Amino acid sequence: MSERLHYEESASFNRDTLHYIRQAAEFGLYEIRGMGAKRKVPTFDDLVLLTASASRYPLEGYREKCSSKTVLGTRFAKKPIELDIPITIAGMSFGSLSANVKEALGRAASEMGTSTTTGDGGMTPEERQSSKTLVYQCLPSRYGFNPDDVRKADAIEVVIGQGAKPGGGGMLLGQKVSPRVASMRTLPPGIDQRSACRHPDWTGPDDLKIKLEELREITDWQVPIYIKMGATRVREDVKLAVKAGADVVVIDGMQGGTAATQQVYIEHAGIPTLAALPLAVEALEEMDVFGEVQLIISGGIRSGADVAKALALGADAVSIGQGILIALGCNSSTYVQNGEPHDAKEGYAKLGTGPGFCHHCHTGQCPVGITTQDPVLEKRLTPEVGANWVKNYLQVLNMEVTTLARACGKSDVHHMEREDLVALTVEAAAMAKVPLAGTNWIPGRP
Amino acid sequence: MERVKNFDLSRTSVRELNQFLHHDLNAEHTDQVEILHPDGAHSIAAGVNAPVHIHVRGHAGYFVAGMNQQADVTIHGNVGWSIAENMMSGRVHVKGHASESAGASAHGGLLIIDGDASSRCAISLKGGEIVVGGSVGHFSAFMAQAGTLVVCGDSGPNLGDSLYEAVIYVRGKIHSLGADAQEEPMGHADYDAVGRLLNAAGMEYDPKDFKRVASARKLYHWNSEVHQEY
Ligand code: SF4
Repeated sequence: MSERLHYEESASFNRDTLHYIRQAAEFGLYEIRGMGAKRKVPTFDDLVLLTASASRYPLEGYREKCSSKTVLGTRFAKKPIELDIPITIAGMSFGSLSANVKEALGRAASEMGTSTTTGDGGMTPEERQSSKTLVYQCLPSRYGFNPDDVRKADAIEVVIGQGAKPGGGGMLLGQKVSPRVASMRTLPPGIDQRSACRHPDWTGPDDLKIKLEELREITDWQVPIYIKMGATRVREDVKLAVKAGADVVVIDGMQGGTAATQQVYIEHAGIPTLAALPLAVEALEEMDVFGEVQLIISGGIRSGADVAKALALGADAVSIGQGILIALGCNSSTYVQNGEPHDAKEGYAKLGTGPGFCHHCHTGQCPVGITTQDPVLEKRLTPEVGANWVKNYLQVLNMEVTTLARACGKSDVHHMEREDLVALTVEAAAMAKVPLAGTNWIPGRP
Repeated sequence: MERVKNFDLSRTSVRELNQFLHHDLNAEHTDQVEILHPDGAHSIAAGVNAPVHIHVRGHAGYFVAGMNQQADVTIHGNVGWSIAENMMSGRVHVKGHASESAGASAHGGLLIIDGDASSRCAISLKGGEIVVGGSVGHFSAFMAQAGTLVVCGDSGPNLGDSLYEAVIYVRGKIHSLGADAQEEPMGHADYDAVGRLLNAAGMEYDPKDFKRVASARKLYHWNSEVHQEY
């Protein structure tokens, strides 16, 4: 037998699978980790924009105005949210993130004229104070949820699910449950906190409608109410959210991140963001509320190109979580303290990983001070440094979106449209429902 | 002298009622609000934050007194789902029966239900106190974190499933306990707590007849012995 055959790797039982089975056999526990799906799925990278040429007239890239103003919550709320950019910061909890990071996000969002979102575990005063526009999440756990903060919110987001774990609850392992986090969540410090997967006070869509009315009554119908869902049966779910009375629907694709959940969940539940977005748009169109109910898409949005393509496909805005963490230094080999870079590799090594590969947010031992409550580690990221990085990142994304919009001949980023897009792969063409490049063929369409 | 304001919900909307309760109580020096013909309306007196007495004269719908702060609300009838959900303080008294999720996530205050409460009573409880004169349905006190549930009748299946630090007292039969809930001996502090709550609820039972249910705390840390429950 040849040397090659002696060392032939099995496709079904490759080294990753062998490792997985041996871990399971040895420990009897499934793996819990943070961040989002790592498997390859069709993404916005598989689409390209058909910018202007002879048949379309571009706007001058540096001179002509291109508006990125974004209004959310125009359906029922007396005070819709007005943002300067179509890019929002996704809900990430205090507990999962340090108080410094929450403050940094608020500052950066305010500087860029956009919103940030609370997350499981309640609203911190630092976050409220630093955020001009703050979306307050109403989650199944209701940790720290209270009417005083409801009244302070600029919008309320009822979270039914998220892309990393649609249908699942949350988990904050005990090592991250500091006394402050514990007291906000009304639980003893140091114990694992399992967030429920279902809301305590309603179950089906008919109840949800009444729940939304209650929240509107409590807020005197002033602020928008969002409904956030993980992307699974998107068409049906969006229709139910509209029927329940949502002002804004947020759909989180399977690449969306989490601070901690089962690996099997992250990689094997939900559909890609690229596939979810057109389904959501179609649902809104079929309900005749496209434009009246705004749509936010999230789950693996990284660049201005991603944002531009999402808007062209029909989203009103995007929401970013993991990209923001990476802007804050997640997976970077250094952290900055007193203006000086310091090597963070030892911290990654302690977690058994390295910069570029880390997904260990669940441990609370974040080597760069983001997803931690450890008093030493959290000093590795100050609100000032973090806010500057996130502001810069958001600024670049918005500059890229307006650049692409101008190149498509649009004076408003929201004027980009589906016909500005083609796909590079058959899969992406089928999911995004745009033609394969060089053809007028949309798979599945006659 | 008590200043009473009447709202007839057959002629006025819940929106107008709540607008008044949120913003105009002080201006009109109102101490008591009478709500007539509730006829199953939802969200009555939701989001009130004032020491006002509210009487709902009849049966009401979902989310009555939701997120209550300070107010003393009495419902002279039955209520739908999620009475006094997320209550922070005050007192809510249901003279009839309550449907599902009564007192869900209540952080504080006292909820009294003279009749029965349906499933998931005290679900996700976070410090509130609940006294049920009758029986409670399945999965009551599910994932209850803090606070007290007193049940003068029986409990349905899976009582206290995934309980954290809340404590449950049951006078009648417990159909079954949920994951990580266990029956424990009553101590002096338990008799005192039950006596105090029965007294506050105006119910005349002997605390000695009650059983205590609390968390076995085996699900507090993720480990392979209890993986089925995680
Ligand atoms: S570097 Fe920190 S934030 Fe990034 S994946 Fe690792 S633990 Fe999570």
